[in-house]
Amino acid sequence: MDKVQNNKAWFLVLPVLVLVAFSAVIPLMTVVNYSVQDTFGNNVFFWEGLGWFEQVLTDSRVHGALGRQLAFSGIILAIQIPLGIAIAVCMPKKGFWASVCLVLMALPLLIPWNVVGTIWQIMGRGDIGLVGYSLSALGIDWNYARDPLHAWITVIVMDVWHWTSLVALLAYAGLQSIPQAYYQAAKIDQASRWSVFRYIELPKMQGVLLIAILLRFMDSFMIYTEPFVVTGGGPGSATSFLSIDLVKMALGQFDLGPAAAFSLMYFLVILLVSWVFYTVMTNLDKAEGR
Amino acid sequence: MVQITLDNLAHSYLPNPQGEDDFALKQLDHVWKDGEAYALLGASGCGKSTLLNIISGLLVPSRGRILFGDRDVTHQDTVARNIAQVFQFPVVYDTMTVGDNLAFPLRNRGMAPAAIAEQVQKIAAMIGMEDQLKRKARGLTADAKQKISLGRGMVREDVNAILFDEPLTVIDPHMKWELRTQLKALHNEFGHTMIYVTHDQTEALTFADKVVVMHDGRVVQLGTPEELFDTPEHTFVGYFIGSPGMNLIDAEVAGDTAQCGGHAIDLGGHYRTPKGRVQIGIRPEFVTLTAGDRGLPVTIKRIEDVGRHQILRAEFAGKPINAILPEGFAVPAGANRLHFAPDRINVYADDWRVAPLHAVANPVKEAV
Repeated sequence: MDKVQNNKAWFLVLPVLVLVAFSAVIPLMTVVNYSVQDTFGNNVFFWEGLGWFEQVLTDSRVHGALGRQLAFSGIILAIQIPLGIAIAVCMPKKGFWASVCLVLMALPLLIPWNVVGTIWQIMGRGDIGLVGYSLSALGIDWNYARDPLHAWITVIVMDVWHWTSLVALLAYAGLQSIPQAYYQAAKIDQASRWSVFRYIELPKMQGVLLIAILLRFMDSFMIYTEPFVVTGGGPGSATSFLSIDLVKMALGQFDLGPAAAFSLMYFLVILLVSWVFYTVMTNLDKAEGR
Repeated sequence: MVQITLDNLAHSYLPNPQGEDDFALKQLDHVWKDGEAYALLGASGCGKSTLLNIISGLLVPSRGRILFGDRDVTHQDTVARNIAQVFQFPVVYDTMTVGDNLAFPLRNRGMAPAAIAEQVQKIAAMIGMEDQLKRKARGLTADAKQKISLGRGMVREDVNAILFDEPLTVIDPHMKWELRTQLKALHNEFGHTMIYVTHDQTEALTFADKVVVMHDGRVVQLGTPEELFDTPEHTFVGYFIGSPGMNLIDAEVAGDTAQCGGHAIDLGGHYRTPKGRVQIGIRPEFVTLTAGDRGLPVTIKRIEDVGRHQILRAEFAGKPINAILPEGFAVPAGANRLHFAPDRINVYADDWRVAPLHAVANPVKEAV
């Protein structure tokens, strides 16, 4: 029997297409459109080709922002992942205190990002902030609005405070799924605490840790709100990460063309990194199932 | 290697156990003699694994003491006790190679690398994985993983005892037999005390010199396979061991006779009148089918031919009763009576065996 071709069925996909078009395709294409054109106002556009892309790629200001961004993501990953694992390992596994710890750990995650920024903006102030005042009282001339190092420390401490919980909770879930028999066997084999961590806990947490790294990398790579509230990208451009720089370019200077080209490349970098993570993770799954 | 003594041991998983029912392991006094191979037999959930975990140091008992020789180890950890234990489901260290897995317990004890390599080779040969020592343990079959677990259990020669917690559950039948033989050989070579938990009676009876039967958190009998077969101390042992298990019939016992529903049955011994619920127990192997008017009248349900013999399934007073008939036995016409060999009958009061005061001098041998 011949297959019946019923192309009318495609109409059923239409609502989704319309929705996706408005929510993703059209905004994205607008950006693509801006990235290859120039304008002097009055809604008159000129074809610019790949000019903006070349300009952005060779722009030392963008290079600086990218460098700071990579440094920031690298530093917070290097702190949050080990710290999160350590917290998860130390958390009680069951009972009343396990619940208390879980709630406490979840709290920072529930606070809106601009509020987090505000909290640390105030905390770091030398005149009224708890941390800033204490440091000043200790004889350290603490001023994150003037000293780039102080600004970096504030932003990093804030991010660690805000997001280490996520890593800890994911690692905790990974630890909870390890059957008791593994710990018993390790005890019988007279393994040290370090061996238990190295050969049982860490391998079993591998999957969730990869997800934690992916999430933390993407989020930190796109960070905007908190540093914007705390330092506004300063002092100078010391804490101008990619997003902050992009917004300055697009809305501060209204350089729509370069900003659009910048956005597209920014988007592609994130896409690329996510793809790499996805490939690594699926390959690990295959190795597991072999 | 050392004698392991359980002194007044009891364990409950509850923080404040009240009645006896709260205890997973009821009070227990027991001595595991140095160098013997024991099988710990019992239904699932009877406390076997709890007992093993207490011996190896994974659990601290709620009450009582554990002695290794004269040393009290009740509160010592697994390192101090140096006991090997193999669990029901395979546990391997995924990121290590097969060889590193086997070497792990030795490395943790700080043995010299050369000696470790030699020992690992030997164990690998025993479990048949010599050619896979360099392979990562991740992704092996459950079978192979369990063989590694077994290997890790056997790799230390200086352990005080090796405990097996139903180790062959996930293994292929033909491999099961081979591994059991290997365990037996290992026992003969090194003379470790071995305790082998199982709920498979064949496994228990072939592996061990002594079988310990547990029921409902209690050790109900310790004995050789013959003792368990001939004189089960508890009705549970009677019906758990043997296929089919022991027949148990409610009876009134006085002197050397039992009254079952108005029928007199001769006993092989002399008894004081036992109190409580009295039953007589007879193994199907010692029941014969006869015609005539002697013996217990039964309703025959069916006869199953299982190859080397036949099993007669019958009913007496609404309760099943079984007999084993020889291969090729032709049931005589009108046969509906079961006769019990008097010296093979055991008497139970409230499930525990009552020893006869003395044997009947000349038990009446009835003509079959």
